[in-house]
Amino acid sequence: MVQAINAALRQEMERDESVIVLGEDVGVDGGVFRVTDGLIKDFPDRIIDTPLAELGIIGTSIGLALGGMKPVAEIQFDGFVYSGLDQMISHMSRIRNRSRGRYKCPMVVRFPYGGGIKALEHHSEAMEALFAHIPGLKVVIPSTPYDAKGLLASAIRDPDPVIFMEPKRVYRAIKEDVPEEEYTIEIGKANIHKEGSDVTLIAWGSAVKMSLDVLDKIGDISVELIDLRTISPMDTETILNSVRKTGRVVIAHEEPQSFGTGAEIMARITERELLSLKAPIKRVTGYDVPTPYPKLENYYLPNVSRVTKAIQEVMKF
Amino acid sequence: MVLQDIAEFSVKWLQILDENGKADEKLMPKLTEKQMLWLYEHMIFTRIFDEKAFKLQRQGRIGTYGQSLGQEAQVGTALALQEQDWVFPCFREHGIFLARGMPMVQYLQTWSGDERGAHIPEGVNMFTMAVPVATQIPHAVGFAWAKKLRKENAVAVVYFGDGATSRGDFHEGMNFAGTFKVPCVFVCQNNQWAISVPFSRQTAAKTVAQKAIAYGFDGIRVDGNDVFAVYLAVKDAVDKARSGGGPTLVECLTYRIGDHTTSDDAKKYRTEKEVDEWRKKDPIIRLEKYLTEKKILTDALKQEIAAKYEREVEEAVKKFELIEPPEPEEMFTNVYGVMPPELERQMKEAKGNAKQ
Repeated sequence: MVQAINAALRQEMERDESVIVLGEDVGVDGGVFRVTDGLIKDFPDRIIDTPLAELGIIGTSIGLALGGMKPVAEIQFDGFVYSGLDQMISHMSRIRNRSRGRYKCPMVVRFPYGGGIKALEHHSEAMEALFAHIPGLKVVIPSTPYDAKGLLASAIRDPDPVIFMEPKRVYRAIKEDVPEEEYTIEIGKANIHKEGSDVTLIAWGSAVKMSLDVLDKIGDISVELIDLRTISPMDTETILNSVRKTGRVVIAHEEPQSFGTGAEIMARITERELLSLKAPIKRVTGYDVPTPYPKLENYYLPNVSRVTKAIQEVMKF
Repeated sequence: MVLQDIAEFSVKWLQILDENGKADEKLMPKLTEKQMLWLYEHMIFTRIFDEKAFKLQRQGRIGTYGQSLGQEAQVGTALALQEQDWVFPCFREHGIFLARGMPMVQYLQTWSGDERGAHIPEGVNMFTMAVPVATQIPHAVGFAWAKKLRKENAVAVVYFGDGATSRGDFHEGMNFAGTFKVPCVFVCQNNQWAISVPFSRQTAAKTVAQKAIAYGFDGIRVDGNDVFAVYLAVKDAVDKARSGGGPTLVECLTYRIGDHTTSDDAKKYRTEKEVDEWRKKDPIIRLEKYLTEKKILTDALKQEIAAKYEREVEEAVKKFELIEPPEPEEMFTNVYGVMPPELERQMKEAKGNAKQ
C-alpha cells in the first residue's frame, strides 16, 4: 500500500502542478513510513518539509488551497491530528459553506491510522467517526493497495476537503499488482468485496483484510463482505441493498464502539430497512477506552475469532 | 564568567500625527491630497456605518455586533494595498470591508444572521471574517505561500487583535511565515482589551511587535490611531513582502472605545477615566485638525462628506431591510460541491417541515 500511495502522489503531481505535499519529514526522509520516498528528487519544490506543527500544517494548507494550490498534508500519526481539529472544524470543512460557494478548500489531510504495529501511545488510534461527524468533510479509508491508489487520486481531484486515513497495519501486509496507468475510484461508493447471501459483513480499512481471513474459515455460511471505502458520505444504498438480501448484519471496526461509525450504519438500517432484518445487528469493535498500549492491543482490536463468533450468533436467528 | 551577546534586538515606535493633529513632516509618507481625503472619507464612512449598525442592533434589526469605534485608522492599511492583494479579516475590520468594496447591504446581511451576505463578490479580494480568534492567521500565511509558489504578484494581509497573540495559531502561522519567507503582513490591532482581559494578561512581553523577532522577521509598533503611521508601516511592509523580503508584523496600538460587542458591558472591568483618555486620542479628530490646518479640509467639505456617507448608509439599510429571509435549502446547498444523497434527503425533510 505504501508504494501505491506513493504512486498516486507521483501521478497526481505529474498531472497537476498545483498539487504539493507538505508535512513533517516528508522530504529528504521520505516520511516515517516511506510513503513519500523519492518524491523530493523529482519534485524538489513541491515536497515540503514543514516545521513540527500540525495546526500550522493544516491551517496553512487551507490558505494554500484558497490561494490556488492543491495541498496534500501529511500528519505523521493519527494521534497528532487533534491539534489541527479546530482548523478542520472551524474552517477547512466550512469554507465553501460560510462563503456561500465563493471559496473552496480542495485539500487532502492524509495520515496513518490504527493499531496493530506495536507502536507508542498516540500512534495507534482509529477515530474515523470523529472526522465523519464534521459536516463538509469527506472521510476515505482504503483497504487495499489498488483502492489506495484510486481513492487517493480521487481525493486529490475532489473539489472538497478529504480526510484520507491509511491503515498502517496493512501498509506492507498486502501484496498485489497495482496498474501503472491512471485510474480513480469514486468517493462515496462502497465496494462489495465478495457477494454472499446469509450475512452482510461491513468493514473498512484494516478490518477488511481481517474479514477476508474470516471468510476463509467461516465454512458454509455465505457472507457478503462490504468494504465501505468512504466513511462519509456513506454509501447507504449499497448497505441497504445487501440487507434486503441477507437480513443479517455484522459490522467490524477498530474505533471505539459508542457513537461510532457502526452505530450510524445501524441507525440507517433500522430507520429504513428494519423489516428486512432477521436478527439483531452485531458490532465487533474496539472498546470505549483510550487506545491501549501494545501489550493489550490484541484484546482491543477486532479479530478473526470475534468476528466469526458474531457471524455465528446472527445466524442463530 | 563573561557571557557573549549572540543576539540583540530593539523595537521601533512610529508616530507621525500626534493627538493634537501635529505631524512630524520628516516622517510624513508621500501622499497626495486626494489620498489624504480618501483616508479621511473612509474613516468617516466607517464611523457612520458603525454607529448605524450599533443602532440597528439596539433596535433588534441585526444580531450581536462588535463596534470598531476608535479603531478607524485601520483604513490606512487598505490604502497601502493593491487590488490583487488579499486581506484576511477578523470581526472588527468594518473599515477594511468597506474600503475594499464589500457592499454594505451584504455586510449588514451577514451581521443580521443571514449567511447569504457572506458571499463576497468577485473582485473584492478578501476572505470572510473569522470569528474564532487567531484562526485566520495560518490561512493568510498559506495563501501568501501559494502566491509565492505560483509566482503571482500578491500580498496577504491578516488582521487580529492582542488576544489572538496568545493562541497557538499565531505562533504556528508566524513561524511558518518566517520559515518560508512568505509575502504576508501581520496587522495586530492591539486595542488593549480582549473582552475583559487587559493586554498585560495576554503576555509578559512589553510589545506584540517584538514577537516577530523570535520568528526571524521585523516587527514595528505604531500609533494605531495615527492613520499616517498605520499607512506608512503597512505600506513599507507590503512593499517589502512584494519584493521578496518576507513577512512583517505591524502592531497598531489603539483602543476599543466601545464594548467588546453589543452583548458586553465594559463598565464592569475598566474605568470611564481610561476610556476618556483614549477618546482624546481619537484618530478622526486628529486627522481633521491636520487636514483643516493644511486647508485640505473645509467645514463645507466636512459636512458634504458626512452627508454623503449618511445618505449611502441609510440607502443600504433600506435595501437590506427589504431582503426576504432565506429558505431552509440555504443551509444545505453549499456544504459540498456535489450534495451527497443523505444530505439531499435531509434537505427535502427540512423543506417539508418548513411548509407545515
